[in-house]
Amino acid sequence: MIRTVSVNEIAKNIQEMCIEANHFLSSDMQKAMSRAKESEESTLGRQILGQLQENLAIAGEEMIPICQDTGMAVIFLEIGQDVHLEDGPLEDAVNEGVRRGYVDGFLRKSVVKDPLIRENTKDNTPAVIHTRIVRGNQVKITVAPKGFGSENMSRIFMLKPAEGTEGVKNAVLTAVKDAGPNACPPMVVGVGIGGTFEKCALMAKEALTREVGVHSDVSYIKDMEEELLEKINGLGIGPGGLGGTTTALAVNINTYPTHIAGLPVAVNICCHVNRHVVRVI
Amino acid sequence: MMDKRIRVPIDKEVAKSLRAGDYVYITGTIYTARDAAHKRMDEILRQNGELPINIKGQLIYYMGPSPAREGRPIGSAGPTTASRMDKYTPRLLDLGMAAMIGKGKRSPEVVDAVVRNGAVYFAAVGGAGALLSKCITSSEVVAYDDLGTEAIRRLTVENFPAVVVIDSEGNNLYETAAEKYRKTEENRI
Repeated sequence: MIRTVSVNEIAKNIQEMCIEANHFLSSDMQKAMSRAKESEESTLGRQILGQLQENLAIAGEEMIPICQDTGMAVIFLEIGQDVHLEDGPLEDAVNEGVRRGYVDGFLRKSVVKDPLIRENTKDNTPAVIHTRIVRGNQVKITVAPKGFGSENMSRIFMLKPAEGTEGVKNAVLTAVKDAGPNACPPMVVGVGIGGTFEKCALMAKEALTREVGVHSDVSYIKDMEEELLEKINGLGIGPGGLGGTTTALAVNINTYPTHIAGLPVAVNICCHVNRHVVRVI
Repeated sequence: MMDKRIRVPIDKEVAKSLRAGDYVYITGTIYTARDAAHKRMDEILRQNGELPINIKGQLIYYMGPSPAREGRPIGSAGPTTASRMDKYTPRLLDLGMAAMIGKGKRSPEVVDAVVRNGAVYFAAVGGAGALLSKCITSSEVVAYDDLGTEAIRRLTVENFPAVVVIDSEGNNLYETAAEKYRKTEENRI
């Protein structure tokens, strides 16, 4: 049955979600951090993980953003094909929600209007919006503010099919090794394998919004996630890049069919401030 | 490794005595500058102009805060990636800048300039901006107000925690620390 949803309602939710995402991490991230503190072998590493937990507590209690880089707002919208949107253009509403969230919520404005002229837009708009039309009559909104310390260390590799599984693993390890301390470890590593150049990048980004501890339902991919996490933690980079056995909290891999001639691999790295809030309206 | 309390602006002999791996608590006056402020300072120096702050002996913190809520000196205030400033850093070190706080790797040119000038590069914990903001007791924009978060600010800090990553002998903690815990050998592509 067709359901009418006002874009103003979407804007209001996005406003609240931007503020929530920047002050509270989801419980899976908090749990992963606690587990890491138990297993970390380096004394300094444990001390840093403790500081990150303390940081999360202060952020929530005093409403100080977890990180000063409150990110570029990445918004995923899954819109049911039986939804009728009213009250104006959808993308304008999304940007209005981001604007109000960042201005009213004391979040940092980190977006420049032109990539080369670099004048700050002063309200953190525009957002990066990914919209999919799906079955049903609801709208699922995911707000994932993305910091650029880790975004800058992300990579795409257009591998040859002959490079196979080993090639994919080496690509991920190369990206993480090169990112090192710059990406604020412990990281969450989002990987997209297959599709096209842009599809693998989008899959890697979406993989970051998957709960830490939830694995791919493809069994060999689940095995690869576990193997890569162990290998990444064996790189020695550690919390803050200052040495240790906790370099990543999770490796999340998404896959898609691809062309006979290609094996695209994207590695989207996120710091430990892996922010995402989901609401369904 | 030792825990040390240091005052800033930093005494030259103190800077030289610090070793990669030392855990320090910094107290005193520091300045913030990141990408856009460095670009402007570089343009001024190219035209033989005068910098908006006297950088001699000072510590620059690579940081752009989130806005302060009412009654607070500053918002979230953690370090940004230092390597984006590498292009400008050797010149500032040669002009007498004594120390930097950031996060992440530095270029060989920066390491050389740190050694040449007896300076020091500290790392603060990335992504702990709420916690670090508690060590900042005052903040005042001193230049480039139009740059918003990227303006140059003078901060008063109290027991601000940081780790010496590159010292005046050229030791680099990022390189030595990871080796100690390394179990994986990867084939690079």
